[in-house]
Amino acid sequence: MAKNNSYLHEFTKGLLKENPTLVGLLGMCPTLAVTSQAFNALGMGLATLFVLVGSNLMISLLRKVIPATVKLPCYIVIIAGFVTIVDFLLHGFVPELHENLGTFLSLITVNCIILGRAEMFASKNKPLPSVLDGLGMGLGFTLSLLCIGTIREIFGAGSWMAGTPIAIIFPESFPKLSIFTSTAGGFLTLGLLVALAGILTKKKPPAEIACGGCPMAGHCAGCTSADRKEEQA
Amino acid sequence: MNLFQSLITTMLAAVLTDNYVLSRSIGICPFLGVSKKLSSSLGMGAAVIFVMGCAAAATYPVYQLLAMLGLEYLQTVAFILIIALFVQLVEIVMKKLLPPLYKALGVYLPLITTNCAVLNVTLNNIDDGYSYGMAVWNAVCVGIGFTVALVIFSGVRSKIEAADIPETFKGIPATLVAAALVSVSFTAFSGMI
Repeated sequence: MAKNNSYLHEFTKGLLKENPTLVGLLGMCPTLAVTSQAFNALGMGLATLFVLVGSNLMISLLRKVIPATVKLPCYIVIIAGFVTIVDFLLHGFVPELHENLGTFLSLITVNCIILGRAEMFASKNKPLPSVLDGLGMGLGFTLSLLCIGTIREIFGAGSWMAGTPIAIIFPESFPKLSIFTSTAGGFLTLGLLVALAGILTKKKPPAEIACGGCPMAGHCAGCTSADRKEEQA
Repeated sequence: MNLFQSLITTMLAAVLTDNYVLSRSIGICPFLGVSKKLSSSLGMGAAVIFVMGCAAAATYPVYQLLAMLGLEYLQTVAFILIIALFVQLVEIVMKKLLPPLYKALGVYLPLITTNCAVLNVTLNNIDDGYSYGMAVWNAVCVGIGFTVALVIFSGVRSKIEAADIPETFKGIPATLVAAALVSVSFTAFSGMI
């Protein structure tokens, strides 16, 4: 029973409590760049989810084989391999999304959520918890992206999920604030949501981030603070 | 268009109208992480300009090689490895030969491997079909644009430190809202070219 609970915990922690976007503030670039439309945001989230689960599983299986001195290059190659697979899949099956996301698909390789989870979790845990961790973190990322995308598309373009069968287009009279579709709107929406997540999790929003170096030698404040939390638990 | 003109246009586009950080939202992590002080913004900016220029110079011929072999799909894997390798190499060489420069930029170098702006600029150079010289120049200009954004934002942040902000917004939320305002101010440049 206790074991099932801990599996459940690996899965659910990524959804809100340790949400990589709103609480961990990782992977900011795709979070801001592709969320002007909800459909693109969802696509980006799911693509990242796939890479995260795949790389977590692979790295966890290989954790005893990869020598510690060259682990980063190994992780990067595994991740970039999965990114290339996603690139091919989207190009073949959802060419429209592939077109919209452009180079941001390749940039999943340097998304610090993925390297962060590889370094912090998959390299130390068995395959099953690693996959669950990847699923939870990936879903948390997808949900926050979808949330930002929904807000930005509704207020900025007066529609929701445009370009899909379930699209909702608001009437012409609906006021459109074009700032929401611009880059500035991304910063603004994210700022408001991070504040909201702080209220919901009853924690102060992080004072600063330094995730530019996430995978490299524990420079990343988000990861090291999370690391410490896991040690205490 | 003559050479001089295209050099200037590329520069204006990369720095003002199409700034990577403020209008394309690429390279946000270091933008938010290292912009607290002016000195660290400048250091990070200089390191990024240097690595971007060199990475563009190193990845361009590799892509030509991959294209010759029909292996274009390997470009993401190849480029990120080259960048990681290159950053490591620069760090070692700089430490040995240019200790003063290493002292100034050293701490920022490892942070750059995962700076998505570096990977993106090398990929963009290929997509946009630049010639070798233009690709390197474009990369350097993008780096300058990144530095400009960082320096401007560090000024804004030092003002936020002194401001009285509601408890919920303290820290990152206030920084993000301020970044939104800086980004709005850069939209004024659009249509310049």
